[in-house]
This record gives sequence, structure tokens and C-alpha cells, in this order.
Amino acid sequence: MSNGSGAPAARVEGLTKTYGAGEALVRALDGITLELGDGEFTAVMGPSGSGKSTLMHCCAALETYDSGAVFLGDQDLTGMKDKELTRLRRDQIGFVFQSFNLVPTLTAEENILLPLAIAGRKPDPEWYRSVIDTVELGDRLTHKPSELSGGQQQRVAVARALVSRPRIVFADEPTGNLDSHSGAEVLSLLRRSADEHGQTIVMVTHDPVAAAWTDRVVFLADGRVVDELRSPDREQVLEVMARASARPGEVA
Amino acid sequence: MFRAALRSLLGRKLRLLMSTFAIVLGVGFVAGTLIFSDTLSRSFTAIFASSVGDVVVRPEGGPVGEGGPSTVTIPATLTQDLAAVEGAARADGNVEAFGVFVIDADGKPIGGAGPPALAGNWTDAPAGNGLTSLVITEGREPEGPGEVVLDAKTAEKSGYDLGDDVSLVTAFQQAELSPTLVGTADFGDGGSLNGATLAIFETGAAQDLFLGGQDAFNSYWVTAADGVSQEVLRDRVAEVLPEGVEAVTGDEAADESASQLLTAISFITTFLLIFAAISLVVGSFLIVNTFSILVAQRSRELALLRALGASRRQVRRMVLIEATVVGLVGSTLGLGLGVLLFLGIRAAFGQFGLDISGTAMVFEPRTVLAAYAVGVVVTVLAAWVPARRTSRIAPVAALRDDVALPEDTLHRRFLVGLALVAAGAVGIGLALFGSVPRAGYVLGGGTLAVLLGVAAASPVLARPFLAGTSSGYARGFGAVGTLAGQNSRRNPRRTAATASALMIGLTLCVTMAIVGSSAKASVDAAVEENFVGDFVVSNVFGVPFSPSVADRIEEDVAGVDSVTRLRFGPVEVDGEREGLLGTDPASLAETAQIEMVEGSLAELDASSVVIAEDVAEDRGVGVGDRLEVQAIGGDSTFTVAGIFAENPVLSFPLVVTLEAFADAGFQPSDNFLFVDVAAGSDREAARAAMEDIVAGNTLVSVKDQEGLAEEQRGPIDQLLTLIYGLLALALVIAVLGIVNTLALSVIERTREIGLLRAIGLSRRQLRTMIRLESVVIAVLGALLGTGLGLVFGVVLMKDLESEGLEVIAVPWGQLAAFLVVSLLVGVLAAVFPARRAGRLDVLRAIATE
Repeated sequence: MSNGSGAPAARVEGLTKTYGAGEALVRALDGITLELGDGEFTAVMGPSGSGKSTLMHCCAALETYDSGAVFLGDQDLTGMKDKELTRLRRDQIGFVFQSFNLVPTLTAEENILLPLAIAGRKPDPEWYRSVIDTVELGDRLTHKPSELSGGQQQRVAVARALVSRPRIVFADEPTGNLDSHSGAEVLSLLRRSADEHGQTIVMVTHDPVAAAWTDRVVFLADGRVVDELRSPDREQVLEVMARASARPGEVA
Repeated sequence: MFRAALRSLLGRKLRLLMSTFAIVLGVGFVAGTLIFSDTLSRSFTAIFASSVGDVVVRPEGGPVGEGGPSTVTIPATLTQDLAAVEGAARADGNVEAFGVFVIDADGKPIGGAGPPALAGNWTDAPAGNGLTSLVITEGREPEGPGEVVLDAKTAEKSGYDLGDDVSLVTAFQQAELSPTLVGTADFGDGGSLNGATLAIFETGAAQDLFLGGQDAFNSYWVTAADGVSQEVLRDRVAEVLPEGVEAVTGDEAADESASQLLTAISFITTFLLIFAAISLVVGSFLIVNTFSILVAQRSRELALLRALGASRRQVRRMVLIEATVVGLVGSTLGLGLGVLLFLGIRAAFGQFGLDISGTAMVFEPRTVLAAYAVGVVVTVLAAWVPARRTSRIAPVAALRDDVALPEDTLHRRFLVGLALVAAGAVGIGLALFGSVPRAGYVLGGGTLAVLLGVAAASPVLARPFLAGTSSGYARGFGAVGTLAGQNSRRNPRRTAATASALMIGLTLCVTMAIVGSSAKASVDAAVEENFVGDFVVSNVFGVPFSPSVADRIEEDVAGVDSVTRLRFGPVEVDGEREGLLGTDPASLAETAQIEMVEGSLAELDASSVVIAEDVAEDRGVGVGDRLEVQAIGGDSTFTVAGIFAENPVLSFPLVVTLEAFADAGFQPSDNFLFVDVAAGSDREAARAAMEDIVAGNTLVSVKDQEGLAEEQRGPIDQLLTLIYGLLALALVIAVLGIVNTLALSVIERTREIGLLRAIGLSRRQLRTMIRLESVVIAVLGALLGTGLGLVFGVVLMKDLESEGLEVIAVPWGQLAAFLVVSLLVGVLAAVFPARRAGRLDVLRAIATE
């Protein structure tokens, strides 16, 4: 299940997105076409301004785009209203942000169950148990976020993203604020989710070490896919990054 | 630092605007009240200056209160003696009468029954200091019986034109008159009657109508010849005066009348200033809260300033400078609002008959000073608490991701709150049930202390409520409910402070509701217990009416057994004000069961008095002792013939015969009639006959028990409506407080809201969440307010028990309505912040620092 066989979990076709106008026009996405395989753990990398965050936000129903299409499964997101997008986010997408992932007034457990609670659904007890076990929080489930370490908070965030069995989990620099040890814990958790539960995961990252945990790395520059690696290791990633970052230099 | 403060102010316009609003309202009230009272005072000073001569000759004793001119007169023969005094240019006699109402085409008295309805004789005598008194503005002066001149304003309001027959209702023997309007008059040197009406007759006609036809006057004006001062003329005039008549200078007489009147209506100013104070107190909660939240939100920015080298003092001062600017802006706007409020108050009092539109607005520098002082001081004081907390921000906080301001423990705050409540309770107790000097201030201070104390203790007091609503919300509204419940408990201080603003307004509303409904219940009970006879003839304002009404009922109505007249007049005993009641003891004893402690009503004659039990105790007088009474007709000494037990029929403590009442100098007008219908005769026919008699007399009506109770409840309802209207302003400020707090907390929680939206919270759910938070605040405020209002109301009623308000009625339905309204208020207050939260862009919200 861990390789991209079968129908894709999501795919984008000719996606473009610009910000601003006139001289200040920025082409964040310049006709990207990409498939995200079902059950695959994909990293999106690229220098600042390459469009990787915009791509993720468009896929995650957080941002509208100018042209092209985004499909989640066989659903086209193009032209959906806020209400439908919200429902989509709630039921089919999981999120892990870089920081401030948790509602400070709720306990870890309440945070994990929040998307289900918002939808007014009960968790599947078996699935919930296995998610909790994977997260390895033990007795800290009843604690408020302020009483948890950064690594623990991110693991709660991952658990929350997983608990509603979304079609796809988006992680935006989930280890960006963590030390390497805590970061490894979070990445290993994501890795196991993909391996054990076949969870599709897309992660935006700067960190070659983090990218090395994934099945596939997609490199973006100037709003386009410029390279791709399968089953990468850290050195390969660094090499591609070196090439990618050299390119804008040549243009200038 | 100053520039940094200004910058940060401009960056937060909307939030500050809302807290400024509270200041604007409070200052507006203060300014409006001051302008009103200055204008009022000038208008009366002007009118009184135009209505005295250089020297006024009048019966000794002078006017006591608003009892009207004395029936004790000075013979007209004195005119020549006075005119002959050296230094006197002329002497003119005046006939003065109260209770001559001008009735318009709809049958309504002009100005209602509130302002005095004056009448007099026409003279062209100049007022003191060479001022022109009345001049004819249209038509001519009255020349004989059947002709009248009205003041221009009354003529205009009543719609009578020259040549029309004017309908007048008087308190004199001739109850109804219809003279022809031959002219209108006005004060030549300014001065407005302020809503009073004036009907002027030819001197002989006036004497016939108001002095029973004697050739005499109520007073004289002696005009000084050129170069003769008022004092000199007064002394010379005094030499020719007979016994019992005195001379005073015009300046003195004008001051006397003006200060008497202004004292009598000073309650208006007090009343309005109380509401100014209420809105300022409620407003200061709003300011404390706004600045607290602003400081908390900016703690990182302030920490950065500290890291860059700003001292604690500088940071604190920056916040205080902001507050000062807010205070200045608020006061300026408040002054403007004050002018508008003045116009509103003037119009409102115009409705009640006090019409001062004839006097230009008086804008004293003191008003400006007071407005700025109040606005700035209140704002800076309120901002001082949050400003103090900034000094606890460590510079290193600038580097941290999430800065939390250190908070005082709630424990200490709770204890301080309890101490305040205790101190306030003692103050209220002393003011109401003890005897302390300046009880009004002690009562106000005590009430304020209790309110502030409860507000301070409310974060702790609110705990069980917040816990309850949290679990209730979680059960009723699922995840959204849980979130809302948790949010309201996140910062109990803020929730409680916001609720406290609403609490104050509601406390006062509930107190007034209890006082109002108790007063009405007491009126009902009193009417039921003490209604004697079959019918009463009276009017709700206690305005005297013509004795001919009673005469005609006695003579013309079949089946009437007896008519008991009650006449009221103000007197003084040992310099203290008391009420004198004139009645016919024989018919009173027939109609009502008056319980006597000692002596008997039957022994009452023209030289004796029956007094109330408490007056007998206070003054240490018993049956057979002598009691000296100062009335407008001079001093009289009565022998105490009896002491009666407290009862509402005899509402004044000194009871004399009608003869003695007239001797005391009061006009022979009735205030109240009890009519007894003989057993076996037709009640309804009697009633119809009486109604016929008063049909043309719009001032009085015939009522049975239920009718009287209803009439007496009317003014209570009117007053309550007025008070509710003013308290509504305090509620508006409180609602703004909720809006402000919620809007600020939405801004504060931008990232969290972004996160919730990202993981699937719909806009509708988000709005529900904020609405639920708002409702928690509103209901908390309502509960605290209702509880406190109940306590205040019942305590106040306990105090008023001695004033005859013996029934304590709690209007539960009304209290329930208040709760429902506050629930709606909560929903309403959430509209704007919820919309704002719903419009947040999810991505940008998440990215916010």
C-alpha cells in the first residue's frame, strides 16, 4: 500500500494562481499538474516563493485558484462554495500546521476529537484506540496544550488529523519548530500512519532530513514542478536542492 | 513616547471608539444637565426680576412654599398713602391668584396641571430697577368684567384669537368663566413664564373674581422716583404701613422667590446627575476592560519597547497618555452631545409644563471644565489598573512566542470585593435606617461600593454559573458549545467585568421595578383600606378646584348624604415644614372612622387643631397645649383638641376647621371631596349627576374606589417609564461593552479561529459559538443584576415602609422579561463580532502572529 498504485488520492491539473497585479504580479503557481498517490507519503520542497505552500493550500481547500482544477478523489474543488469547502475540510482532509495547532482551552483528547465533534459524529472506538496508541501520549491525554511539550503538541495535532480518517493529510512544516529528537518522533508517527493505515500524507518542508522519511519528494521552483525523487535519502535530496537553488541564480 | 502612544491609538480606532462612546454618554449627561440647570436658573431669575416693583408691600409672613398668594389683603385705601411717600413715583395695587386654568378647544388645560396657572389685575406699573413689566403685544388692555388678556405664549398655544371667548376653569367660587380675549401681553424686558399661564383682568373684575369683591389688593408695588434707591424707599414706605403689612425691596423679593423655586426644582438636576454618574460608572467598566485587553494584546509590543530600553514608567505612561487622549476626545464629543441632550431635556420638561424655550441656552465655562474634568479623570482612573500591569511585562517577553500577562490571584480580588460589599452594605444600612449626615451621599456611595464589590468578586462568584453553562452548552450544542463554554471560562476576569457593566444597569432596573410595583400595590391597598364614602371628587395632581363644585353637589344631586371637603396648605411649625388640612369635622366623622388616640374630632373649633400622633410625639405636645403655626396669612396659635392615629384619609398632620383654614390665609379652594350617597338611593344616578356638574371642569373628575386607585397609579407609571428610558442608556453602554469585549477577543483569537475553520468549523458554527459566548456574558450580568436588584429593592422598600409604602411586591413577570431581554441583548451584541470572525480569511488568520 505504500507505493502509489491505484487511483490517486488527489490530483491537480494545470493549476495557476497569481497574487497582486501589474508590476507587482506574482505567479505563485504556473500551471502545475501533479498526482498524489493513494497511501503515499509525499514531501513538497522548494525554496521560499516557489509556490509549495500555495499548492498545498489549494489542494487543502483553503485557497482558491485562478485556473486549472483540483480533484480530491473524483471531486472537483473548482467553484465550490465556502460551505462545501468547509465540509470537505472537515470530513476528507486532515491538517497539521507548523505551530499553534491546538485549541488552548481544550484537553489533548478533546482536541483530537474536535473535527468529529464539529461534524457531530462519534469516533470509531477501535480506530480511535489505534490512533491514540500510535501517538503514544499515554496519560497526557487529559492535559491542556500548555502543559505539553512542543513534540507532544505536534503529535496531538497529527492524531487529530488522523482521527476522522481523512482521504488526505496535509502537513505544513510540522517539524519546523521542533528540536531534532521531537521532530523525529513526529515524522516517525507520520511514516507509521502511511505504512500501517495506508494514510495519504502531503508534507511541505524545508528540511532534507524530514523529506528523507517520505516515499516521494516533489521539487517546486517558480510555481512549477522541476524535479522529483522516489524513496529518497538525505543526500539525494540535498543534491536536487542544490541544483534547484542554483537555477534562479542563473536566471538572475 | 507621546508619538508612539498616538500611533498606537490611531491603529486601534474602532476599539477605542466604542470605549469612548461610554465617556461621551456620561459626559454628555453631565454637560446637558449643567446647561439645563443654568438655563433654568437664568430663566427664573429673569422672570422674577420682571415681576417685582422697586418696593413690594405685602402682608407679613411672606409666601410659604408654593401655597400661592395669601387671602389676607391690604385695603385699597393705602394706595394714596403709598403714592404720597417722599421719593415714590407711584404706587399700584396687585391682585394675585393661583389656579385659573386656561382650557383649550380640546378641553385640556394649557401646560397640563403642572405649572402654575396665574391670574391677576392689569396695571402698567414698571417693574423694579426701571424694567418694563408686562406690555400689551396685541389688542388692548382689559377694560371691564368679561374681558381678559392672556400672555402671548398661552394665547398662541390655546389657539384663541382676539374676540374669542376664552374658557377658564378656576379654583374660586366661580368655577367656570368665559371672558372675551381682548389682548395678549408679554414681558417687555425679557423673562418667560416658563410654561406657567397668566390671565389678566381689569382691576375691579379681578377683585370681584378673586377677592370676593372687596376693594383691596394682595400686594402693592411702589415705584421709586429717579435717584431714590430701593432701600431708602423701602424704609420710608415702612413708616406709613399699618400693622401686619411689610415692605421689602424688589431685589430681595425677586431673590426670595427665585431661590425658593430653584430649591423646589433642584431635584431635577440631582436626578439627571445621578444618571450621569451611572453611565460614567458603567462606562468605566468598559474602559477598564478595553484597556486591559489592549494591553494584553500588545504585551509583546510593550515588551519590545522595554527591550529597546524604555523604562517601566515610560511604558505605563504611554498607556496613560492614550487614556488621556481618549478622555479628551470623549469629553469633546460629550460636550456636543450635552448640547443635544439639553435640547432633549428641555423638550421633555416642556411636555410636563416646564417650558423654558423662551430663554437662550446658557453655556457657562464651568460646564466645559466639568465635562473635561469628568471625562479625563474617569478615563485615566479606569486605565490606571491595566496600565499598572504593563510594568510587570519583562523585556525578555518580546522574544517569546506566546506572552501571557501575569495576573493577580483571583483570591485577593475576591476578598477585596467582599470587603467592599460589606462596607457598602454598612453604608446603605446607616443611610436608610440610621441617622447620618448627608444620608443621600452615604446611600449613593454605599450602593456604588456594593456594585463595585460584586463586580470585583464576580469572577469567583461566576464560577459555578460558568461551569454550569459550560456543561449545559456542551450537552446542548456539542463541540461548538464546548468551545464557547471553555472560552467564557478562559478569562473569567474579562467575562465577569463585561457582565458587571450589564449588571449595574439591570440592578437599577430591577430595583426600580420593585419600588414601582410596590408603590402601585401600596396605592391600591391604601385606597382599598381607606376609601371612605361612595365617591371622591379630585384630580391626580392635587391642584385645588373651585368650592362651587362641592356646593352644587350638596344642593343639586339627589341622594347625596354628605360632602366632606379637604383643603391642603403648607405651613411651618418652629421653622419646619408641615401640612395643614382644613375640613368640616362633623361630616368627616360621619364619613370616615378616624381613630383618636386622645381627645375628639367633635371638639375641633376655629381656634383648635387636631394633630397626628407622630407630630405630637416629636413636638412633645398633648391635648390642651398650644401650638403656634406660621401660615401665609401670618402666625396663629391653636389649642390642641385631639391626637389622631396615623391614617391615610388625613394625609396632613395638622387638621383644622375650614374657618381656621381660611383665617390662616389660604384661598377657599377644595383639594379633595368625599361624597356619601344615602343608603337606598340610586348610586349610578348620583354619579351621573355629579359628572354633569364637573363636565365643564376639566380639572376634576368623579371616581369610585377602582377609578381613584387607577388614577393614582398613573403618575407612578409615568415616572417609571422616564427612569427606564434613562436606564436604557446604561444598558446600551453595557451592550457596547459586550460587543467590544467579544470583538477584541475575536481579534485576540484570530489564529485559533483560523485553525478551527481549517479543520472544518463552518461559518455558521463559528457564529453560533460567539453568540453562545455573548449569551453567557449577558445572562451572567442579568443574573447578578437581578439578584442585586432584588436585594436593593427589598431593602429600599423596608425603608419606605415608614413613608406609607407598606406592600412589597416583586414583579416576577417583569423580572423574567428582563432575563429574556438580556438573552436577546447577548444575541444582538454578538452580531457584529460574529460577522467579523466569520469573514476572517482562514489562511491569513492562521498566519497571524
